[in-house]
Amino acid sequence: MQDHELHESLRGGQMWSRVLRRGQILSLIDVEGGATPAALFYNASQPLERYNFADTLKAQHTAKLTRGHVLYSDMGRVLCSIIEDSAGWHDTITGHMTREASRAKYGDGSFQKLRNDHYRDTRSNFLIELGKYGLGKRDIVPNVNFFAKVTPDEQGNLSWQPTHEAGRRVSLRAEMDVLVVLSNTPHPLDPFPHYAPKPLALSVRQGPLGVPLDDLCRTSCEQNGRGFQLTELYHLGAS
Amino acid sequence: MTHELASYREVVESGLGYSHLIKRGEVVRIVDLEGNQAVDTLFYNAHDPSERYSAPDTILRQKNLYLTTGTQLISNEGNVLLTIVADTCGRHDTLGGACAAESNQVRYALDKRYMHNCRDSFLLELALHQPHMTKRDITSNINFFMNVPVTPEGGLKFDDGISGPGRYVELRAEMDVLILISNCPQLNNPCNAYNPTPVEVLVFPARPETGAH
Repeated sequence: MQDHELHESLRGGQMWSRVLRRGQILSLIDVEGGATPAALFYNASQPLERYNFADTLKAQHTAKLTRGHVLYSDMGRVLCSIIEDSAGWHDTITGHMTREASRAKYGDGSFQKLRNDHYRDTRSNFLIELGKYGLGKRDIVPNVNFFAKVTPDEQGNLSWQPTHEAGRRVSLRAEMDVLVVLSNTPHPLDPFPHYAPKPLALSVRQGPLGVPLDDLCRTSCEQNGRGFQLTELYHLGAS
Repeated sequence: MTHELASYREVVESGLGYSHLIKRGEVVRIVDLEGNQAVDTLFYNAHDPSERYSAPDTILRQKNLYLTTGTQLISNEGNVLLTIVADTCGRHDTLGGACAAESNQVRYALDKRYMHNCRDSFLLELALHQPHMTKRDITSNINFFMNVPVTPEGGLKFDDGISGPGRYVELRAEMDVLILISNCPQLNNPCNAYNPTPVEVLVFPARPETGAH
């Protein structure tokens, strides 16, 4: 059978959403260096089950996301696994900007003045994409910021770590049918004073169904072993 | 403020949910009666609960991970819900979230599902006393009196608590807020010495200079 792969490009500021079927692999490529797409994840058939940053971090004893980590839902199941990553640090602590915060930082980039170069903010992008699935403000939870690195010192003070390396790539394998919402908009801690989000390339391809027992994400900690087991038990009941 | 000035006080046992309206200008004090108890707490705009506490916005506003005196608790709309005005503990967590039957299975063992947990307390409290709210409204919470340090390398640790008997935190409401608490019943985590204990909630009236106009 011939392999099919979907390729898309997102301009800076653009949003995207899609239901990834179980086993499909979404790759994000930071084409020029400096893209920081914000992302939300939901169980596509039961969107009340959604990404939970706290459960994700505490199960894996990490404050950053990289290869070998998984994204947990609030129902103890794995939404997606990070199977490939050349960046090493993705943020899921510092959230995203509202329309008001974006305006305060970048000024009034209205459609009336700028047409389709207008300044899109993450919150508005999320609301638009989520609205297409009947979801809204109450469904927005703390998100992932891919390619964004924010480090704390011993006192908890946060520092933005700029990264300009072009071509960084992260790949997510869907462990159930997952609604993914992306907003390719500036990170709230990016100090660059002008609205200039970078382009993002993405691809979707079909991977094999089923996660081997020696899979990196399954074996990276004992908690993930149980997380995959619970996810597979869920599929047993749902199929 | 001495506790005699409180207009309201209630002891909340571990394993119970609790919700209460706090008016703008009032100060709510949460007392860790016996020490190292985790108090999972959420706040909402009392008039529109779609505006609610946001852990990322709170962290972003102060560019720091930990909550203590001076921290403004920020809503998902960027507004200040409450300000921490006193803190005899020193540090509170907002990364660790709440325990749930399902996440306990992941973290500890598949057979832990029967154990009581914070999300169950949140869900029951909403169903009984805030029926307009549902699981959609249970977002990432504060854990008062919990110590969850992050290392500069991006590690996350659940350290022994730094609280003690009688330590407390006080928050001044900057708008009318609904407080939602689960006094954590976790028995799998050494953070509370495997011994969940009661806490007390006190509300002090608004002072004239901070009261509603």
